[in-house]
Amino acid sequence: MLVNRKLILAHFWLAFAVFGIALTLGAWQMLIRSPIGTWLSNPELYYRSLTAHGTVMGYVFPTLVAMGFGYAISESALQQRLVGVRWAWAGFWLIVAGSVMAVIPIALGRASVLYTFYPPLIGNVFYYLGVVLVVVGSWIWVALMSVNLRIWRKANPGAPVPLAMFANVAGSYLWAWTAVGAALELLLQIIPVAAGLKSTIDAGLARIFFSWTLHAIVYFWLMPTYIAYYTIVPRAIGGRVYSDSMARISFILFLVVAMPIGMHHTFADPQVGAGFKFIHSAFTALVALPTLLTVFTICASVEIAARLRGGRGLFGWIKALPWDNPMMLALAFSFVMLGFGGAGGLINMSYQLDASIHNTQWITGHFHLIFGGAIVIMYFAIAYDLWPHLTGRELIDVRLMRTQLWLWFIGMIVTTFPWHWVGILGMPRRMAYFDFGDPAIAPQALSVTFSAIGGFILLASGIMFIVILARGMRAPQVDAGPYRFALAVHEPRTVPVALNTHALWVALMIALTLTNYGYPILNLALSSGTSVPAVYVGAQ
Amino acid sequence: MSTQDTHESASAAVAARVERRWATIAVIIIVMMALLAAFAGIHRATMPQPRVEIIDPSRLHLSGEFVESNLGSVLEANGSVTVRAIGQQYSFTPACIVVPADTPITLRATSADVVHGILIQGTNVNTMLVPGYISEQLMRFTKAGDYLMPCQEFCSFGHEGMWGKVKVIDKAEFANRAKGGGRLSCVGQ
Repeated sequence: MLVNRKLILAHFWLAFAVFGIALTLGAWQMLIRSPIGTWLSNPELYYRSLTAHGTVMGYVFPTLVAMGFGYAISESALQQRLVGVRWAWAGFWLIVAGSVMAVIPIALGRASVLYTFYPPLIGNVFYYLGVVLVVVGSWIWVALMSVNLRIWRKANPGAPVPLAMFANVAGSYLWAWTAVGAALELLLQIIPVAAGLKSTIDAGLARIFFSWTLHAIVYFWLMPTYIAYYTIVPRAIGGRVYSDSMARISFILFLVVAMPIGMHHTFADPQVGAGFKFIHSAFTALVALPTLLTVFTICASVEIAARLRGGRGLFGWIKALPWDNPMMLALAFSFVMLGFGGAGGLINMSYQLDASIHNTQWITGHFHLIFGGAIVIMYFAIAYDLWPHLTGRELIDVRLMRTQLWLWFIGMIVTTFPWHWVGILGMPRRMAYFDFGDPAIAPQALSVTFSAIGGFILLASGIMFIVILARGMRAPQVDAGPYRFALAVHEPRTVPVALNTHALWVALMIALTLTNYGYPILNLALSSGTSVPAVYVGAQ
Repeated sequence: MSTQDTHESASAAVAARVERRWATIAVIIIVMMALLAAFAGIHRATMPQPRVEIIDPSRLHLSGEFVESNLGSVLEANGSVTVRAIGQQYSFTPACIVVPADTPITLRATSADVVHGILIQGTNVNTMLVPGYISEQLMRFTKAGDYLMPCQEFCSFGHEGMWGKVKVIDKAEFANRAKGGGRLSCVGQ
């Protein structure tokens, strides 16, 4: 039962609108720094664009998708009207206000610090306050998810929480806690300096705080995608979830081990010792576990669907899958990109191998493949699946949907594979242009050109996506029926308390964060003489 | 219990067994990865910077290790070479670093203002320069030649222009140049 459709649609539409803008900026950036573009007379414009692209794609777009999807899950999985609708709208408008507040200083060139902040560079205070408002708005959603689950539990004592809601709430708790790192950095360090109350800042400590957010935020982006893998895909292709409890274990593992691993982003940093770097590296290896489990469970679930459709043989069943179904296509593309992206990720988190690609274009290629590729393609699939239930109208352009997904997949491969390659050649990140006339850089020109072409394929796909959804708003009306989630092969009649509640795992998440971050943070915070003068952006 | 139920619990048991087997394989893969990293770290001493050293960036030019006259490459008594460099918006000092081939080299560097990074293309030399802290990295070049050394971290509007160079020269030639003492660089060459 989807009652508050307007609320959910508002979240999705705002998400996809800002996504469209940021995607256009991204394509322009690819062009301008490639050999087919011409050098900008003012490179600062590139960094404005990059700050806007990162801030929207990192903080605003996925958060709105998770929120809208979360409200939809809460109402349809729990079969219960959303409690706190006014609060939900308040959260939505906070995000709108925060985004506008952040974007104005970016557009004026007063906050070209990139979405990673990295002080002692300091931008206009309203940029940071805008980001804080976005996060506060999303925390309202976290609270609402928790409250709605609690109300359902009271009405259904001891009953297994539907998998989609269990995962959704786990994702919301992960977000609440992972956002604390950047919140501490903003509130304790950056905002006092940006507001002119202080003039020095500990840049090393700020990087540690940010790493607290920087890695687990990726798993927050990933949550809607994994929820779709487990609870939408098997239903959409006519199969069943292989295992309900393994799904719960995967989500619990994400909650617990996504957090205490962020310092693998600081392997090359001078402000952390080797010990904690190794601990974080080892914990990062652990976070591969829920993904390996998921790949198994989803492949098995897909095989079940294929065999139910008459598929035979060791691999022959693959032919029996409903390949004309956009959900099937999206899943397959998502898995291919997850495979390549995950393999690249193992190199990034490696204690030794990281040095050869740290802060090169390899990293940019990596997270575009994982986030823009594996994750966002499932956001598209979620929207396609949910849209008729939200609008009461049929999405008729199935062929266009398939073309859109194909283009996104091809565009992402064409963009990110050469991107990885130039990273191995040592091309640094975040530069407005490169001197391809230099004989040492000239060999990278062809790869960068391919990436730029890929960027425009992605832009074309993004426009198609928005057109499909917009046309869906005016399509013939249809009764899509109640929104349903996939059933497991063996639906649980009871679930052990540990797999049905979050408290223990949230406690473990916090405890592991304290053990893995407590000492490095305290050590830096208490040592004197590490604060350095702030450098104000746009003041030169 | 009905036959339906027995059948169901039997198939559930099979499913659980297959799943457990896969989970075990996954855990083994992960443990192997962590062990390999630990082994390489301990046995071959390949690891990120282990120690934390702090320094006041506003006094770099006044005294201590990173005063201008002390920047560049120096041949130590034990035959190794130490390179000292700083990064600032938007250049490295020295902008061209000269080092000998086939020699253990210690790079010590820091930032005078914002966060920068040093990356030497075609090598694994890659470190952040965070103001307030000293970065140290061990390196060794086997091939003589010129290497580009871009700043790899966004350091504001001139970041795209922050490129240094590393010139690796023959060991004997370097020793010859180092005879007069002082700090070597290849700036202006």
